[in-house]
Formats: sequence, C-alpha cells, structure tokens
Amino acid sequence: MVKGILARKIGMTQVFDAKGNLVPVTVVQAGPCVVVERRTAERDGYEAVEIGLVEGKPPRRVTRPIAGQFAKAGVPPTRVLAEFSVAEGSEVKPGDTVLCEIFAADEVIRVVGTSKGKGFQGAMKRHNFRGGGAAHGSMFHRAPGSIGPSAYPSRVFPGTRMAGRMGVDRVTLKRVKVVKVDLERNLLFLRGAVPGGRKALVRLEKA
Amino acid sequence: MDIRELEKEQLRQDLPDFGPGDTVRVHVKVREGEKERIQVFEGVVIGRRGGSIRETFTVRKVSYGIGVERVFPVHSPSVAKIDVVRHGRVRRAKLYFLRELKGKAARLEEQFTRR
Repeated sequence: MVKGILARKIGMTQVFDAKGNLVPVTVVQAGPCVVVERRTAERDGYEAVEIGLVEGKPPRRVTRPIAGQFAKAGVPPTRVLAEFSVAEGSEVKPGDTVLCEIFAADEVIRVVGTSKGKGFQGAMKRHNFRGGGAAHGSMFHRAPGSIGPSAYPSRVFPGTRMAGRMGVDRVTLKRVKVVKVDLERNLLFLRGAVPGGRKALVRLEKA
Repeated sequence: MDIRELEKEQLRQDLPDFGPGDTVRVHVKVREGEKERIQVFEGVVIGRRGGSIRETFTVRKVSYGIGVERVFPVHSPSVAKIDVVRHGRVRRAKLYFLRELKGKAARLEEQFTRR
C-alpha cells in the first residue's frame, strides 16, 4: 500500500456528525492516482513510488522524455508527480492505481500544501509584531521598530524579520482528522482548514 | 466538482415550508446519557438566516412569563420533525419587534391563504 496520495482542494463546507454537531470540513478530490515509477532498495537505495494525479492532461502538452515514462507504466499523462513511501512488504508496481481508500474515516493524517499568497506585507501581519499605539498622539503605528544595534556591528543581521512577501509557503499540518471518505467520487472530507485556495494541490500522507 | 453541489446533497427535503410569523412545533432529539428522547419546543418563528447547510431559524415562546428563544439549524439531524401549527400574517422577514411586546400585543394575525 502507498502511504499517501495527491489531491486537489475543492472547497470548504460544513457537515453534521453523528451527534448532530456541525463540523467544518475541507473537501478534497483525492485521486485517482497512478503509479508511474517504482523506487526499490536494490536500485535506488530506498523503497518508494512515484505517483501522478490523474486530471486529464492533454497528451500534446507532454514533453517527449516524460511521455516515455508514462508510456512505460501504461498510464495516462499527469500534470503533477510526487514520491511517496510504501508500506513494507506490499507489492506496488507501475501502472497500479492509488485511491483515497488508503484512508479511513476518523483516521488522523498529515496534510502538506502551499499557503495562499498574501503579497507584500508589513512586519505586523507577517511576523506578528506588536506595532505601536493607535491613538493618544502616538506617532508610531505599524512600523517594525529597531532592526539592530548601531556602530557595532554597523550592519543588519541576515534573517532579521522585516516586511516583505508573505505566503506561498510550504505548510504541513500534522494532525488532520478524516471526517468522511467518499470512495465513489474519490473525495475526502478533512476536518478544518487546509493550506491553499480552491484547486490547490495538497499532499496527503499517513501520519 | 463544485462545493455547492456537495452541500445540496446534505440538505433535508422532508421539512415543511415555513417562515417568519409561523407558529411551529419543533421536535428535537435530546440525548440523556444512553437514551435518546424527543422534546418539543413550540413557538413563533421570528426569523430564518443563513443559507444552504448553514441555515438556522429562531423560535420564540413565552414560558412562565419569561421570553425564551431557541435557534435551530434547519438541516440538523437533531431536529426530528417540524410541524407548522399556524401561519401568521407578517410583513417583514425578522420579527425582532416581538421581543418588546407583551401579552395581547405580541399576537400575530393568522393567514389562511398560502404565501
């Protein structure tokens, strides 16, 4: 069994659980994925599979070297490829499909995604700086304040937190509960929010 | 795949058509330890808000002289049944003015024709 799958975010909604509570969920289209290549301990030094998310990429958009890889596995071309580890002792070969059935309801999984871009943001939003007072004659509002000592070292240390581009970061959520699995439509209902906007690619892994 | 279609599937189709001004009897499932029983809350619907799966409605009644309002999610599985007892004639969507009125003044005229 492959220990993860690629998915696309569909959006957020709410569902009622067995107790009648409204639970916030993110719905993702998880799969179908296909195994394109197999990494083995003998050849590559570790066990893994390379899988792609099937979304109907037109064959004319596939470059020839990559097309050969898909042809070899006998699978349709995919837009994205990713490597996942494999459960020990399980047989997975190129051409196999990976579905969201690898996850069960109530299971806790790991979700990796790319956060939404926030653009150029100040230090308050980007690094949670406190800023200054808003009123009572305060003339220091949202500025970052001091960025270091003066004559010595006469420079700003690398990595000093300042304003700049925020977002589009790789974000890993380590404990995301699977609320519901829809095997027919390859949908997973994940509790709470997941990084990225609609149609964003997310990587789901066994925790 | 659209998130709105997924929400639509979750909506309940078995509820009567009701709105502000209507007097309803809401049968609520109440869990007491192991057992589950039905509790009835009867009063006037003073508004509906939200849409789709998030829609809720507020029911107001006067219990032993104290005004009591309860908000129910329309599509919740804990709402077992809703009976419409009577249709009231109202001209607005939110009947918050009823909170200020007492006794005879807080009554609503009945409407016999369907909206």
